[in-house]
This record gives sequence, structure tokens and C-alpha cells, in this order.
Amino acid sequence: MKILLIDDSKTMRNIQKSVLKQLGYTEIEEACDGQDALSKVGAFNPDLCLVDWNMPVMDGLTFVTTFRKTDKTTPLIMVTTEAEKSRVIEAIKAGVNNYVVKPFTPDLLSERITETLAKCSSVGS
Amino acid sequence: MDANMITPFVNAIQNVFSTMFQLPVEIGEPRLKTDRKATHDVSGIIGVSGEMVGSIVLSMPLEAANSVVTLFAGTEFDTDSADFADAVGELINMISGNAKAEFQRKAVSISCPSVVIGADHTIAVQSGTPCVLIPCTTDCGEVVLEVALREAEAEVSTNTSAAA
Repeated sequence: MKILLIDDSKTMRNIQKSVLKQLGYTEIEEACDGQDALSKVGAFNPDLCLVDWNMPVMDGLTFVTTFRKTDKTTPLIMVTTEAEKSRVIEAIKAGVNNYVVKPFTPDLLSERITETLAKCSSVGS
Repeated sequence: MDANMITPFVNAIQNVFSTMFQLPVEIGEPRLKTDRKATHDVSGIIGVSGEMVGSIVLSMPLEAANSVVTLFAGTEFDTDSADFADAVGELINMISGNAKAEFQRKAVSISCPSVVIGADHTIAVQSGTPCVLIPCTTDCGEVVLEVALREAEAEVSTNTSAAA
């Protein structure tokens, strides 16, 4: 399972990476903004992306919209401080499969990752 | 500033600190800040735009910031390092984002965070924007949230260009 972490905060990427490692996922690539992520998805070919919203250069919503033009199936989870219902709806319309509001506990993030992968694999099978 | 504007920030700092690293935050009496000098040596700053404009600052003494960041990141950083600034920036980002969700306004955006570290720095606030200082006590030391927000003025059209 290959996972791409997209967040401009290295601290936040490290926290997410530690949760992923506890879940047994070790093949992890990192990107510091949407544009960096787009330059890495081709070679890395992730099975799941965790995407922040507010980032310099290219924000997470623009990444999701651009990514979904060519990839309709790879699960995307938005992990962001944007907590308003209107933002969640906007992200889901753009193509995210699940949504985690910061701050989060490791248990919540684990739960959302597991639930997203299960849901997407049952749809794909 | 409307007192209701302060409550979301009180809730947000308590939520962020307790959820991310189980650090209880005791809130002191908010007061108006009257000078531009930063309260402490480390400032995480977020700009607010849209229907509300202004800035939000998380101000911490270096020692308290170091303890908070160590709890948050799970490792100790050199306070001169980019990693230390990154962690402070992410904290004010989460606090601002969390508070923003309680504003009940559709069009408020927050900027990416900036971090200033150093003694006696000043933080400029737009004139006419009151700044409320919220003192917070933690086991890591005192930290302060500075909230300088006001309603955005309605845009007045000054376009006087003549028709061609």
C-alpha cells in the first residue's frame, strides 16, 4: 500500500506518518503542496493520498480537482483545519472520499483511513 | 470587538492543545492590547480576510514554545530550526481554522502561517482594529492568543471612469 502525504507542514506530515506506520503502512511519499504532489503521483502511483487544504503554491482543493481529471478511483482523504460544512461539501464535490478535521487524535485518523480504504476497495471489487 | 468573537478562540486553543498533545489550557481574563510590541519572543501569525479581516497571533516565551513544540512534534527541535517554526505555524493554523468554523460566516479565509522568533519584535495591526489578548496558562508556561479582528468594510465603488 503506497500512501502520499500532501501537507506544507513537515510536523503534520510526521504526525500522520507515525499513525500510518502504526497501521503497518511503510511505503510513504511526501509532498509539500499540490503542485509538488502532482509532480510525484505519476512515478509513485499512490494507493491513497492524504491532502491538506491550505498550502502555498497549489492548495489541496486545486490538487484534488486536477488529480480527479485523470484519476477517478484513487482514494483521497482531506486532512485540514477547514471545518465548515460548506467546505466539506465543496471538497466532496471536488472528489475527496473522506474528510478529517485538524486537530485529530491518532485513533480518528486511523479510523478514517481504514474506513476509506474498505469503502473504496468494496466499490472497486 | 464583540465578546462572542473571543469564545471561538478560547475553545480552539483548548481543543487543539488537548486533542493533539493532551495539554490542559486554563484561560485568564482577556484584555485589550494597547501596544504593538509582541507579548513574547515567539509569534505564530495568521492573516484573516473576507467578511472579517485582521490577524491572530499565538505568542509564547521561547522556553514555553520549546516545551509545547516538543509535546506536539514528539521530538525536541533547535529553536533556530525550520522544523521549530513549522510546528509553531501549524499550531496557530489549527487554532485559527478551528475558531473560524465557529464564526458562522461563509466567506472568511485564513492565510498560511508566518512565524517570527526574537526578542522585542513588533507586530503591526491595521489601524482601527482592536486587539484582544487572551492569556492562557499551561504546564509548559504562559502562552497568549492575540485576536485582532474586525468586520470588513463594505466595498464602496469609487469607479468614476467615463463611458467611452
